Amino acid sequence: MSTNGQTVTAALPVYTKKDFESGVDPRWCPGCGDYSIINQIQKTLPSVGVKRENIVFVSGIGCSSRFPYYMNNYGMHTLHGRAPSFASGLKVSRPELQVWIMTGDGDALAIGGNHFIHAMRRNLDMKLVMFNNRIYGLTKGQVSPTSELHKKTKSTPDGSPDYPFNPPLLALGAGATFVARAIDVEGVHMGGVLKAAAEHKGSTFVEVFQNCPVFNDGAYTFITEKANKAEAQLRMEQGKPLLFGKDNKKGIRIDHQRGELEVVVLGENGVTEKDILVHDATREDPTIAFMLAGLADKAGFPTPIGVFRNVQKPTCEEMTWEMIDAAKAKPGAGQLTKLLAGNDTWTIK
Amino acid sequence: MSTQTAKHKVEQVETVTIRFVGDSGDGMQLTGTEFTKANALAGNDLATFPDYPAEIRAPAGSLFGVSGFQLSFGANEVLTPGDQPDVLVAMNPAALKTNLADLRHGGMLIVNAGAFTESNLEKANYKSNPLEDPALQSNYRVVLVDMNKLTEAALEGTGLSSKEVARCKNFFALGLMYWLYSRPIDPQLASIKRKFAKKPEFAEANAKVFMAGHVFGETSELFHERYQVPASKLAPGTYRNVTGNFATALGFATVAQLTGRTVFLGSYPITPATEILQEMAKFKEYGVVTYQAEDEIAGIGSAIGAAFGGALACTSTSGPGLALKSEMMGLAVITELPLVIVDVQRGGPSTGMPTKTEQADLLQALFGRHGESPMPVIAAQSAADCFWAAIEAMKIATKWMTPVLLLTDGYLANGSEPFRVPSPDELPKLTVKYQTEKNYANGTQYMPYLRDAKLIRPWAIPGTAGLEHRVGGLEKDALSGMVSYDGNNHEKMVLTRAQKVRNVVEDVPDVEVFGEKRGELLLVSWGGTFGSVRGAAEALQAAGKKVSHVHLRWLNPLPKNLGEVLGSFKKVFVPEVNGGQLAFYLRGMYPGVDPLQYNRINGKPIKIHDLVAKVSEAL
Ligand SMILES: Cc1ncc(C[n+]2csc(CCOP(=O)(O)OP(=O)(O)O)c2C)c(N)n1
Ligand code: SF4
Repeated sequence: MSTNGQTVTAALPVYTKKDFESGVDPRWCPGCGDYSIINQIQKTLPSVGVKRENIVFVSGIGCSSRFPYYMNNYGMHTLHGRAPSFASGLKVSRPELQVWIMTGDGDALAIGGNHFIHAMRRNLDMKLVMFNNRIYGLTKGQVSPTSELHKKTKSTPDGSPDYPFNPPLLALGAGATFVARAIDVEGVHMGGVLKAAAEHKGSTFVEVFQNCPVFNDGAYTFITEKANKAEAQLRMEQGKPLLFGKDNKKGIRIDHQRGELEVVVLGENGVTEKDILVHDATREDPTIAFMLAGLADKAGFPTPIGVFRNVQKPTCEEMTWEMIDAAKAKPGAGQLTKLLAGNDTWTIK
Repeated sequence: MSTQTAKHKVEQVETVTIRFVGDSGDGMQLTGTEFTKANALAGNDLATFPDYPAEIRAPAGSLFGVSGFQLSFGANEVLTPGDQPDVLVAMNPAALKTNLADLRHGGMLIVNAGAFTESNLEKANYKSNPLEDPALQSNYRVVLVDMNKLTEAALEGTGLSSKEVARCKNFFALGLMYWLYSRPIDPQLASIKRKFAKKPEFAEANAKVFMAGHVFGETSELFHERYQVPASKLAPGTYRNVTGNFATALGFATVAQLTGRTVFLGSYPITPATEILQEMAKFKEYGVVTYQAEDEIAGIGSAIGAAFGGALACTSTSGPGLALKSEMMGLAVITELPLVIVDVQRGGPSTGMPTKTEQADLLQALFGRHGESPMPVIAAQSAADCFWAAIEAMKIATKWMTPVLLLTDGYLANGSEPFRVPSPDELPKLTVKYQTEKNYANGTQYMPYLRDAKLIRPWAIPGTAGLEHRVGGLEKDALSGMVSYDGNNHEKMVLTRAQKVRNVVEDVPDVEVFGEKRGELLLVSWGGTFGSVRGAAEALQAAGKKVSHVHLRWLNPLPKNLGEVLGSFKKVFVPEVNGGQLAFYLRGMYPGVDPLQYNRINGKPIKIHDLVAKVSEAL
């Protein structure tokens, strides 16, 4: 690719987690889920095969968006909601860089909603990680676009009359080619999701359920508490049947008559493992990914975590540079004198 | 001077102003552009002024659907598209009604009489047919031509539908003008062929109609003479005709060629700035990357992101878009990344008059950001000058590590003039260097805000090992660039950023006084009014008035000698296409200077004649 960046030729140094720490101590509240996310990112990066200087973290505004300061990479802490726009310009002009966008639910989906959907649809190869604490942290506890209906906060003392977004549905609807969900307290699982995100080429959305102990404590205990966990979480693993519950006795099946997903119990009504939907995130058609993403809003269903969708398509920056390279390859292309004179000239002696 | 041809006297004229007016569907912009090309090829200096409605296709025949194209061409330097047309070509009653008042007394009025039907007269609110008004004949040289019928006759038997036939009549008018101004027809016939290469039947039809118009001039007995405008004494060289928007795009592409770096434009379409994006998208082979963002905020955001990545970044917009970009401009100021923001001013506030020109974004350009956030501001002075201004803005941005605001306006953006193609060695030297070494503590650390003597910080870009750093909107420590809430550090940074922008004055040339260095009255202009104000100064000086003129290309920082120059005149007079923004600014910057003002905000450029009258009153 003919860009003005340096191409990587030397062998990759062997990194450890420490190489990705900037030395600035994070200033999140004690117990904040953000610590776990940065921990997993720093643990994952040594294994993704990209040089430290070729990785850029771009963020908006919010607690989560302080992220770049704590990383020993290139970083931009930009404006509320606008991180995808900076990242897009950076990625289009420097396709060889690995670009991460670190954002919050308010940042990405309220003020930045427009940039968010367009970043997803363009399929620029950028990894957007949205820390979802279902509240505005930095401005001290107002509703966010992912807060539950009727949620009481400082700005909605009588309960919020707004319906929330389902972020993976939104990302799928906008055309993201990689959509996943992780949970702050499920570190190992999150590490796996982040690794897959890092390796995906295209618009990448990772929602991380993140606890804000100060303004929205316990928002996710319904799926994180030991007692509920098995029943409340549905782990989506590529090529594996969608089983959950104690002893993996429950499963997700397609009810063909109604065109919906349903929960069934192995061994009941003649249900066997063969009836259970096998997870395949690489399906080109996003319909089943939509159905799975929609489960989080339905009573009686577990909340899926893992990768909903992971498909490969040419990226925006690839296509952009193909056009540029083709234009540059034409005979006589790129001559200053030709540029200046154009076609219709006349001469005065 | 006049010579005799077979039938018609040929009269030499120095400068002519012609205005074509018709329905927005009548092809007046095309007619005007084609005739402009003919005059350019004939070696005339010229200036054009397209004037069209905001509606893409207003109802046919309506008063608000009139579209016009004025051009002035001559044997001498042409500074503006002209105050008053010498020739008005009116294609229908609405066009006549809205434009007749501008025609010079005694000027030539060529009317498509075929369009003066009852229904068209009604749509134009005429109670009776104005062509039958005896005053018309006594005030102007009226030439009535039924272009509808003559076009139909020329295309009889071609099998074109009556709608298609009607669309050709602008070429009749064009052919007539070619005859009247003695222009060779072959280049135009070739141009028609090229234009309609994919639809040969239209090429043939338009060529036929064009010829019919030309022959009509020769045979109709309606004209007693033809005219000839000799080639002008433009400096020798190769020329091309450029609009301001094209020239801006060309300037940026040239920067890519001069530096060998990627020029990145992040933009969102808005009238009258859109063509900058469209034209730059055609310059891929020269190292230009364009990105059509989802809105103006993302347009500038993508540009700042690209600048962080080492691209020479720019964004283009008009007033409403500039307003959206203002939070982002603050970020560009605090991160001290190079960026050029082009604002093609138009009539405001809000959506205002999108297709009409104005100079009313000056104060927004200078001050329209939150916090203390100064940035250099440059304004282009003519369509061709947009080329030089774009290069200069990018040069300043990259040298000083700062966003730069470049102001043009709708009048420059759409208007055109001959551009002398520079040879590569006439272009400014541009080098862009990135920081590649650690710069602190004996080369063991990188400090992104360690400044040089001119207060410029280094530009290290992703991909450079060892210089990893973070930038962002939070106030930075004066050295490390880390987040700092220390009030004293903030004050220091505010003052430092302001001083850096003030230091740019070393690259700002002194203003040159046109005329006597001291005297009665000094005209001060900026941006797109250059031509009108210079024209007025020339006229006043020719009349023996002690009037001089300075034109400001640089609005921030202001040229070093400006205060002294202003103080050398008894009166300072500032004409502007706004409510008086430069006058206000000068009062603040130079206490004691209290300019007289002349302000027009009617969507049109200032007329030389009007300005001469106002200045004469003030003397
Ligand atoms: C233009 C603008 N509007 C408002 C704000 C104030 N603001 C800062 S962060 C924030 C919300 C952050 O919420 P979220 O994105 O969920 O992030 P969190 O702090 O919870 O991580 C708001 C409203 C701002 N900085 N800029
Ligand atoms: S306010 Fe909430 S999200 Fe922000 S740092 Fe504190 S705990 Fe974390």
